[in-house]
Amino acid sequence: MAVPRLLRAAAPRLYSTVLVPAPATATAPVATQPSDDKLLSEPLSHPDFFNVKELFTLKDLFDARVHLGHKKGCRHRFMEPYIFGCRLDQDIIDLEQTMQHLQLALNFTAHIAYRKGIILFISRKRQFCHLVECTARACGEYAHTRYWQGGLLTNAHIQFGAGVRLPDLIVFLSSLNNVFQTHVAVRDAAKMNIPTVGVVDTNCNPSLITYPIPGNDDSPSAVELYCKLFRMTIIRAKDKRRQSEAVEELRRKAEGN
Amino acid sequence: MLRLIYTTTAVQRKNVGASGPEKYTEAFIKKQIEEFNLGKRHLANMMGEDPETFTQEDIDRAIAYLFPSGLFDEQARPMMKHPREIFPEQRKIQWGEDGRPFHFLFYTGKQSYYSLMHETYEKLLNVEKYQDQLIAQDLPLQKEKRNLAGSRWLTKIELEEMLLEKLSDDDYSRFIQLLQKLTDLPCSDIEEKYIQKFSKELPVQMQKVVIEPLQYDEQGVAFSTGEGRRKTARATAVVYDNGTGKMTVNGKDILHYFPVLQDREQLLFPFQFLGRIGKHDAVCTVSGGGRSAQAGAIRLACAKALRSFVTEKEVEFMRQAGLLTVDPRVKERKKPGQEGARRKFTWKKR
Repeated sequence: MAVPRLLRAAAPRLYSTVLVPAPATATAPVATQPSDDKLLSEPLSHPDFFNVKELFTLKDLFDARVHLGHKKGCRHRFMEPYIFGCRLDQDIIDLEQTMQHLQLALNFTAHIAYRKGIILFISRKRQFCHLVECTARACGEYAHTRYWQGGLLTNAHIQFGAGVRLPDLIVFLSSLNNVFQTHVAVRDAAKMNIPTVGVVDTNCNPSLITYPIPGNDDSPSAVELYCKLFRMTIIRAKDKRRQSEAVEELRRKAEGN
Repeated sequence: MLRLIYTTTAVQRKNVGASGPEKYTEAFIKKQIEEFNLGKRHLANMMGEDPETFTQEDIDRAIAYLFPSGLFDEQARPMMKHPREIFPEQRKIQWGEDGRPFHFLFYTGKQSYYSLMHETYEKLLNVEKYQDQLIAQDLPLQKEKRNLAGSRWLTKIELEEMLLEKLSDDDYSRFIQLLQKLTDLPCSDIEEKYIQKFSKELPVQMQKVVIEPLQYDEQGVAFSTGEGRRKTARATAVVYDNGTGKMTVNGKDILHYFPVLQDREQLLFPFQFLGRIGKHDAVCTVSGGGRSAQAGAIRLACAKALRSFVTEKEVEFMRQAGLLTVDPRVKERKKPGQEGARRKFTWKKR
């Protein structure tokens, strides 16, 4: 008996490839010269400027056990579109959709990193706390894998001091906290107009996350894969930015002469 | 059309409490340091000393001379110290010009504490990896006996000073547990240097009492002196070897000086305890106190003098018998509203 397909596969959101990130507090560097405009607008014309597709294949995702979800009883209603099927009570995530979502998410992260945005990695899984912090340090970005104090984003001016700059992107490597509820940062980021990228497992609520990535967040191999992918995209985007700036510098000098 | 906006002065008033402790900018501290150095030179000129070799002690003496103060509290007197000692160390601004914070754990709120936990955990992983390597090569895991009694971990206040951040009790206990876990691993000797940053040596608890050696007088007889006190009585005793058990107090024999048997028993107790009753002579002087107090003082003085004649084990026996401890009981003062130290006035119901 064929297992009935769980609802039609949700087509990934296909609005314009980049949501223009709204800077939360301090002013982002304003482009005054036309060359700066070109620097920022050129990547937006290509659908995959940073070529993130080549970083992963379906087989890599399968080998890293990204498709394994939780048991049927833990399933969240809103995750049903992303689930391929259920075998022996365990949900299997549809890797075709995961590929599309992952590509969009990585592309978005790369654009944010290209524009020198602040990226904050969040994961409340104690097993991977060290790994996530090391990844963040390697990229030159920021991490928060500890107890979340209530007003970190919403009350930032009082907690950190006036003139603090909030993150421009928040990446969740596990969107639940230690009591299996959605992490407070998802709601706070939505309040502060900060876009989020998050790995959502079958027991998570993907509603408030801007770029959800349906996938396993419990296996070490899967989390290591995500860390590797994010690290590579961010480093690639930053290198691209440095290259473009160097090229612009040379061109401006040549024009000046 | 213009509308008048009414505001109260309450809105304009600054909430002084909410801004927290006063924050000093780098520029302010620098100015204070310059002023301090200038003031130091002026002070040196005023005192007629060389400005180049004017130390902090000289400054303190000069200030005490120029501004004499009879206040009891040392902190309330006028003082002139380097600004770094007066203004507490504070955090500078944590982010650069473009707004990006310097530390990768800035958004946690407690960046120094969490980076410390991160580092310590990394050391733990290192040690575990090294252990796995040794096991893979079938080498024995070393376990040197580290002296646990000789050191203690840093206290919460010391850690707060080190990190310049407030910690909660829970945070502190978690950190100590992690350090303990690290030290309990067999191969933690690799990270000994890191662990030593957070441990302090305990001072030696028991101060060894120096037992004075025997002295010899003109005839070659060994003797030793001891001092004792009890309540207000002060006594000194000189105990001679090769004696017959004669004891003199303030020039008089003990039978004359202490007619009561109880006092004489007190005097003889150290000798009786060591079994040396007829073997030593003693010459004592005593002043102050009453009959019983003087007897107790001489007893302590003799016991202290006998330490030099006796083995260490017997000294320990004497100490356990209470012969070498100063009796701390003194007369308790009378309190107002009471008839004596403890006795209250007669309670009348009506």
